[in-house]
Amino acid sequence: MPDTQAQRPTPLQLFLIFSRIGLTSFGGGLSGWMLREFVQRRQLLSEEDFLNGLSIAQALPGVNVTNMAIWIGCRLGGRSGAIASWLGMVVPAAIVIVLIGGAFASISGYELSHVALNGAAAAAIGLSLAMGLTAARRVPRRVFPLAVMAATFIAVIVLQLPLLWTVLGIGSLSVAVSYHQS
Amino acid sequence: MPATPFSILLVFLPLSLVTIGGGQSAIADMHRQIVDVNHWLTAAQFVDAFAIARLAPGPGSLLATLIGWQLAGFWGAVAATVGIFGPTAVLIYAVTSLWSRYQGARILTALETGLRPVAAGMILASSYVLIQALDGGWFGRGLALVSTALLMLTPVNPLLLIAAGAGCFVGLHTLALI
Repeated sequence: MPDTQAQRPTPLQLFLIFSRIGLTSFGGGLSGWMLREFVQRRQLLSEEDFLNGLSIAQALPGVNVTNMAIWIGCRLGGRSGAIASWLGMVVPAAIVIVLIGGAFASISGYELSHVALNGAAAAAIGLSLAMGLTAARRVPRRVFPLAVMAATFIAVIVLQLPLLWTVLGIGSLSVAVSYHQS
Repeated sequence: MPATPFSILLVFLPLSLVTIGGGQSAIADMHRQIVDVNHWLTAAQFVDAFAIARLAPGPGSLLATLIGWQLAGFWGAVAATVGIFGPTAVLIYAVTSLWSRYQGARILTALETGLRPVAAGMILASSYVLIQALDGGWFGRGLALVSTALLMLTPVNPLLLIAAGAGCFVGLHTLALI
């Protein structure tokens, strides 16, 4: 791993880098951005280290991109680096979303604005469904994983069980089975 | 329960730990808590907020921030943000600090393969809930399916697609079809 203490970014620099990434990201593709920034351009992390972080970020709960920000921040700047990176990823984008929400609220008196938002939502649901179908396609074609996927859907939609208990129950069973099979 | 920053925090804190495979998975439960259980927003308002969150940059889970803001202003937004991002941030920080000491490859692989079907089930459930909450009848559902197909089969820019969806509905409304 390229490791020169002098090159390490300060927490402020980490905050600014992640602010920029957060504010220019629309609908995914972020990890590619981070790879380019931290591994290829600045050479602050090795590719292997980055990919380890990515698999943890995806395996653990939490938004993948903020998980990844914490992983990178922690590797490069310890606790303050992790906090700065997390804040950079979340706070500027949070301010922007509230501003956009406010702008929409101020035109919510017009019926057309609700119609337009509904059309936008219908198209945006495509993002969610496409991601769900892609994730479903990556589930191994074996009885147990497919049953886990179906059971999760049924627990949430048909039985209306709270998601936390669904995940803790079905999720830990599924993880335990994969652990024993590996 | 009235929507105070504290009650908002209590709703989002447990949701944080179910955001497996990205924030998409928690939307079904977020909808249930906000719309069905606490009646803080109508289903239509929730879908509007979802659309705005998709139009805005940054992590999609900032939907929580927007809802918190709509319910209880600044502190509502702070409470929702801390609630939805906080617990998992602490969790990943702990794992990252432990990682160099324990190269937990086997448990990590098990977590990844074990949680993958759970995440897929949850994201599909969230999409189902959103489609149910959508106004616009069959036009809306049809648009959602067309958008899904375009995203999966073509390299279309998602933002353009969302803008096109808005334009499409405005057009249909002008023609008095919806």
